[in-house]
Amino acid sequence: MPTLVSHPDEVRVLSRRFGQGAANIDKYVELDGYKAVQQAIAQGPEWIINTMKASGMRGRGGAGFPTGMKWSFVPKMSEKPKYVLVNGDESEPGTCKDHIIFLEDPHAIIEGTMIAGLAIGSKLGFIYLRGEYRYLLKIVEKAVADAYSKGFLGKNIFGSGVDFDVITQTGAGAYEVGEESALMESLEGKRGVPRIKPPFPAVVGLYGGPTVINNAETIASAPHILLMGGEAYAKLGSERNGGTRLFGISGHVERPGVYELPMGYNLKRAIYEVAGGIKDGKKLKAVVPGGASCPVLTADEIDVGLDFDQMGKAGTMLGSGGIVVLDETVSIVEFALRTIAFYQHESCGWCIPCREGTDWIKKTLTRVYNGGGSKKDVDNVQYLAENMMGRTFCPLGDAAAMPTLGFVKKFRKEFEDYIAGNKAGTPIITVEQLVGAGH
Amino acid sequence: MADVKFTVDGKQLTAPAGTLLIEACKLAGIEVPAFCYYPGLSLQAACRMCVVRIEKMPKLQTACTTPVTEGMVVQTETPEIAQARKATLQMLLGNHPLDCPVCDAGGECELQDMTFKYGAADSFYAEPKNHREEQKWSPVVYFDRPRCILCYRCVRMCGEGMDVFALGIQNRGSSSVIAPNISAEISPDHLAHVDCEQCGMCIDTCPVGALTSGTYRYKTRPWEMNHVGTICTHCGDGCKTTLGVRSTSDGSEIVRGDNRDKSGINGDFLCNKGRYAFDFANNETRITQPLVRQPNGEMKPVSWEIALDHVGKKFRELRDTRGGKSIGVIGSNRITNEEAYLLQKFARTVLGTNNIDHHRTADYVSFAQALSGKPNRTASLRDTLTAPAIMVLGGDPTIQAPATAWNIRTNVRNNRGRLYIANSAEIKLRRQARAFAHIAPFSYGALASFIAGDDSAAEALTRPGTDATALHKFREAVRAEEQLLVLIGSEFRGADLKRLLDFGTTLPNRKFAMLSDYANSRGAADMGLLPDMLPGYTPLAGNTTFAEYNTSTERGLDMLEIFEAAGRGELSALYVVGSNPIARYGVDPAVLQNTFVVVQEMFLTETAALADVILPAANLYEKSGSVTNSYGDLQLVKKAGDRAGVRSDFEMIVRIADKMGANMHALVPFGKGTRADMGQSRGAQSGEADRHAIWLTANNLEPKLSPFDPFAILDEIQRLVPGYNLLRLQLLSGNDQHLQPAAPAPLVQIGNRRDLVLPANDSLFTSGTLGRYSAMLSDLQHNEGLRPPTGLTQIETAAD
Repeated sequence: MPTLVSHPDEVRVLSRRFGQGAANIDKYVELDGYKAVQQAIAQGPEWIINTMKASGMRGRGGAGFPTGMKWSFVPKMSEKPKYVLVNGDESEPGTCKDHIIFLEDPHAIIEGTMIAGLAIGSKLGFIYLRGEYRYLLKIVEKAVADAYSKGFLGKNIFGSGVDFDVITQTGAGAYEVGEESALMESLEGKRGVPRIKPPFPAVVGLYGGPTVINNAETIASAPHILLMGGEAYAKLGSERNGGTRLFGISGHVERPGVYELPMGYNLKRAIYEVAGGIKDGKKLKAVVPGGASCPVLTADEIDVGLDFDQMGKAGTMLGSGGIVVLDETVSIVEFALRTIAFYQHESCGWCIPCREGTDWIKKTLTRVYNGGGSKKDVDNVQYLAENMMGRTFCPLGDAAAMPTLGFVKKFRKEFEDYIAGNKAGTPIITVEQLVGAGH
Repeated sequence: MADVKFTVDGKQLTAPAGTLLIEACKLAGIEVPAFCYYPGLSLQAACRMCVVRIEKMPKLQTACTTPVTEGMVVQTETPEIAQARKATLQMLLGNHPLDCPVCDAGGECELQDMTFKYGAADSFYAEPKNHREEQKWSPVVYFDRPRCILCYRCVRMCGEGMDVFALGIQNRGSSSVIAPNISAEISPDHLAHVDCEQCGMCIDTCPVGALTSGTYRYKTRPWEMNHVGTICTHCGDGCKTTLGVRSTSDGSEIVRGDNRDKSGINGDFLCNKGRYAFDFANNETRITQPLVRQPNGEMKPVSWEIALDHVGKKFRELRDTRGGKSIGVIGSNRITNEEAYLLQKFARTVLGTNNIDHHRTADYVSFAQALSGKPNRTASLRDTLTAPAIMVLGGDPTIQAPATAWNIRTNVRNNRGRLYIANSAEIKLRRQARAFAHIAPFSYGALASFIAGDDSAAEALTRPGTDATALHKFREAVRAEEQLLVLIGSEFRGADLKRLLDFGTTLPNRKFAMLSDYANSRGAADMGLLPDMLPGYTPLAGNTTFAEYNTSTERGLDMLEIFEAAGRGELSALYVVGSNPIARYGVDPAVLQNTFVVVQEMFLTETAALADVILPAANLYEKSGSVTNSYGDLQLVKKAGDRAGVRSDFEMIVRIADKMGANMHALVPFGKGTRADMGQSRGAQSGEADRHAIWLTANNLEPKLSPFDPFAILDEIQRLVPGYNLLRLQLLSGNDQHLQPAAPAPLVQIGNRRDLVLPANDSLFTSGTLGRYSAMLSDLQHNEGLRPPTGLTQIETAAD
């Protein structure tokens, strides 16, 4: 179990029950649990959506779409049942924020699911947990069972006359199903391949019904937002980026962990103050600010606010809030290879640019890493990544291309030096040797 | 839907709202390339080749998934787009084996075409290509895995189009691979195979050479063949198959069948028989020389002149000594309309006999009679694709008429057609049906009565343990349909069929079609290969239409009576044209021992083995003419293959008549009427030939016309046969046209006729006697025997 960390700069909204045994339903109720949902029942869907809109909450999965607006897109009348879907398929490398919510405060997710359901008029929610988080399933399932036994879930919740059920499901270990429509395919028992959009899930989603699908952190924030009020929540953050967010700071820092910081918080300060600075007094080399898919920031680019807009201006993304800190000992060539290897492995293979592009970048970087590279290889990697950008079926292609482009553009000299000096210390292998005679 | 206006490449276009941009561009003649997009199948947006620039959109958009909207401004060929397509091709080509010089698809490969267009010829990868071993999925489907570009057309074609679901995707990312439903682990020979209908549609849709055909692979290159679009000889649907023909030392050989131009009545579809089962023509046991039985019983090859002379003399002698009524004639359901017409005319006017019949695979006589005088009640094959509601009574289109089944599935899937099925067997098409009435065996007579309103028939229809409520609901649902196409299986005959049609025609907007077997079953009946009817189901007695025949009004012997007469020693001669009645009807060969038997055949069949003279015949792929499918759709047959030594049935009949001393101008009206070379040699200029002939006639210059030209008799068919008032230009252009042959006069009583219908009962991998000589069909039958005991995976799909 990870040790909980804390820092005075933290603003604890979402994480306020962490470390207090809130996985226990009685404890959760004691800590104002299931109050928000009752308020939601009393006030009605319009109030919920307006509160969410006022909160400035933007989707915590990484795309940053305004949550209130997303909920308002669901048609009021629908022939098919409507669904709430919680995306707990947290698999962006460097990200570990949903994990801690499931672990420490699972009822917040259940309550948030109910609130979303009330907002859109749905009677059924699904909590989809990443395949590799199967060990958390017991906790979530117990929380759901406890909620049923208390009568919080099921028929006529809180005497409202409204029914609401929650079903839990785990994935089978594919990064791709973190994409909302692929997740729906997976949940329906099919291959985890994204769907063509439009139609968007709000209109045609799970089993063809209108569906709200939100990141687990977004959903877990909803009860807090309703309790404290939309405007109050918005004020915690920066302009057009309401509230707080869980940031998982990992890598070469003194105090890695998940911290709840206000939106817009300075990245440099997050690394040097909150996370205690670079480990063992080494020099900072680079930061991957929002999960592996975000373009890398160099050491002198990190004086930037952690919100969707400021990070965008800095040429990168806020992403999933997984900040990976790299010190001077890290080889960017190796890091780039490790990153693309992940995306090559996780590409679903549906579309050509992603399937072939990730594969060829990985192959080329593998050779470069093994000492068989040439300067032209760096150009080729850049060419492939540039031609994947914006051309793929789903964002996975971009997720693979963006960091790759960041590495080869910002650290081109390191690649060239590596190729020239063969810094990995391995003997230079010719293409012929690598390919093997007879090919 | 209302039309919207939009702009593509500066051109103002209009299309119905909701039209996919890629289709709208196609209609306007703007090509947007795509690998994964296939009209009628679900959308993929996987290949990213159809990307276009749409104003106000941040990224390039896929034209295959974008519906056109009012005011949309689109660019389809800019440097940005060309670069995107080029890069995609470069990524593909990194793993694609560049074995174009030996690849079957070379020359008609979409990847090749695009590479040519976008110039992605430079390669910058140092790593070896991913290699995977080739797999033989079945005798006809080979999968060359490295060539696959993963467009998933085959997967969708098999699942959505064929409702077979034999193909799927295994693994993910760059390890993704198309996999068949019989994996190596469960396969008896430890190799991967497909357990499917072997239609070959996966090969057809493959944009590259990943899926190749067992009959064609590595045989030749597309540009070394002539491509002749003609009509398939096998089932009664009459699909257009494009035969790839190559010159050989003794003619021209068909090396490939496919559905290249997709302009035919079958649209996109072609089944295994149309695609592969042309190979009987190349069977090594084919007879290519006339054979005459010698006094010692041996068959001796002779010249055509000797053989024809012998037949002519013998026929004349037997006619003159024992009378025409002692001669029997059996025609075929695979010969052309012109040949069938000529054969019955020859029999009636030269041999002087009405003893004419053919293997009847459906009761078209009763069908035509019941619909006589009720125009616009018959459906075309094309209607099965668009009819809002279809009822299939009896039959099994999936096996008997695969194109019909394809159309019905497509209609249900894409046009939301409503399908109703009543059958005593759980036929596969029920999976698309809105309602399926599983009726008791042998209860089709009761079904006709029940549908016509007789509630008491319900009892006979109901299977034990089921109740009749479902039947009543079924009938109510069908009655509630405003428009209905009724597809009738050959189980319905005589009085039952008449009862069904008589009732059906009391309701408005009901159209009917009758399923039969083989390319010209319908045409054979329409052309009067019947003992009691002249062409167009005209009675022998009391008609003036065929007065020029001056034939007896007494009905002749039918198929079975001919052999009964032979058994009594009353049949002096039997003339069999392209038929094998001995095997089909289980006739005792001994009955023919005192009969002079002439057989026009390709092979030494059970019937040919008894012949005194065998005349080697051309098959439907080696001749010109027209055929009529089960529905009454008339289509042009074009000569594709050729074999030295064989002649068309038409020519042989004419030559025999000539040898008999018949009036040739009366038999084949050559030398009068308009001349056309029927597009056979001049292609698109055939209209030119027609105009030329008209000019010649107007100037009293008789156009030259050979009596061996089957179209010499087309005029007469057009003139005399009720319902065959065809449009010649339509026929010659290769278009199908729907005919409704039925004599207007009051006709003979239906109930008293003998039921001579014998459905062929072919499987997907048999095709009567002819099919036995197709090596590929034999292989496929053998392959069926190898399937694992589980059989076809039944996937129950809800038709919403």
